[in-house]
Amino acid sequence: MQSLGISILFTGVNMQRLFEGLMVTVRIAFISISIGSLLGIVLGVIWTSKSKWLRSVCRLYLEMFRIIPILVWLFVMYFGVTTALNIDLSGETVSIIVFSLWGAAEMGDIVRGALESLPRHQVDSGKAIGLNPWDLYQYILIPQAVKRMLPGAINLATRMVKTTSLVVLIGVIDVTKVGQQIIERFRVEIPTASFWVYGFVFILYFIICYPLSKISRILENRWNG
Amino acid sequence: MKIFKRILSVIVIVVLALGLFAGCNNASTNTAVSESGSIAEIKKRGKIRIGVFGDKYPFGYVDENGEIQGFDVYIARRFAKDLLGDESKVEFVIVDAASRVAFLESNKVDIIMANFTVTDERKQKVDFANPYMKVSLGIVSPESDPITSIEQLKDKKVIVAKGTTAETYLTKNYPEIEQLKFEQYTEIFEALKDGRGDAIINDNTEVIAWAKQNPGFVVGVPTLGDQDVIAPAVKKGNKELLDWINNELARLAEENFIQEAYDATLADIYGEEFKESIVIEGGKLE
Repeated sequence: MQSLGISILFTGVNMQRLFEGLMVTVRIAFISISIGSLLGIVLGVIWTSKSKWLRSVCRLYLEMFRIIPILVWLFVMYFGVTTALNIDLSGETVSIIVFSLWGAAEMGDIVRGALESLPRHQVDSGKAIGLNPWDLYQYILIPQAVKRMLPGAINLATRMVKTTSLVVLIGVIDVTKVGQQIIERFRVEIPTASFWVYGFVFILYFIICYPLSKISRILENRWNG
Repeated sequence: MKIFKRILSVIVIVVLALGLFAGCNNASTNTAVSESGSIAEIKKRGKIRIGVFGDKYPFGYVDENGEIQGFDVYIARRFAKDLLGDESKVEFVIVDAASRVAFLESNKVDIIMANFTVTDERKQKVDFANPYMKVSLGIVSPESDPITSIEQLKDKKVIVAKGTTAETYLTKNYPEIEQLKFEQYTEIFEALKDGRGDAIINDNTEVIAWAKQNPGFVVGVPTLGDQDVIAPAVKKGNKELLDWINNELARLAEENFIQEAYDATLADIYGEEFKESIVIEGGKLE
């Protein structure tokens, strides 16, 4: 029976499964973005330290995530590290760990860039009015840096959302994988299934990522105004 | 000098990263010797973990109600029933083609039954039990001008998909047959419908399923070329479970269970007449 392709989305519990898959994607992405951002700010501040040793440790950490593909990290953590340490972590937990560590690395670099771009006299003036390093960062440097790092941070966040589709390789069923399962199931009956299902998945990703860029634009406008 | 330093730092990073990687690999093979995955452990756990596909219809797929189904799954459920007394005592782990071996090696599953084709390369990493299914190439052609042997294709045009076993097979064994090549599966079927070629050679499961859906076309040659077999796989060295599976397959042959699995899951798609070309009963290829 040839039926209208779009009906595939409403057959059985397909729609519900797609939304369950979406929740997995959203959960991994947003927990990782939150943890990654917090760790990233700490990392970024450490990175601006004068100690050459500390700086190279930060650099090494970032490069490890830049050079080694995220997919490899997922494999190493899920199949390698858990077996080596004899711990049982679910694929989703491993995904959150890897994505958080990756987010922290990239975020650290963004924060470092933003901090270093601040004029030197901001630090000097702060010191001159007797602020200790903690206050200096809290009241002067971080607020200004946040504004400068916003575009990069949003870019990173949307990249992280999209990269979560790799988690299927360690057995996590995210929205993209659910889509594939539905397409394959109806491959014979509904050959146009991929158009409708992937089209719908596209809209779902858009719904997650668009508000991020919207928020960033609103914040930028407000801070500039 | 600066550049030199930079290059040096990159090298150091790469070496460290590789070291980390290698370290993990070693670790995973070391712990591999432990007895996890043994039948006693599975019984203690009360569940057998079997890795199957979630997107290979009709062998392992998720149906519209979110239930996992298919030929591989049907057999896997029976394994659970015979080992643990209840067919619900199986935990299906949905695996991807690329990570099947890794799931076994790291003890995340006890058996892989994700339509796993036996190859020499894979045999070095996992232990295959006896097969339950076979695949080879097949030829589909219009009913009006049926092709019933490869010899008939000598001065005809045959349609293949690029990069498939069919293409390699033809180029190697029948270089004189003219090939019309396409990138996509959908394209090869369209081309045959349009009459741009006289027949399609592709995996027999694919052509059989397509011919069944498209009246007017017939699979004149259901098996051609090298035959590959599909078998359950266990972690390398897990002889106890391997023997259990082989005995189980032999036992199931007495009631023709694999054929029953075919009737339940594949007959609608491939038709009753191709059962012989697909199932292997008792783990033995005649």
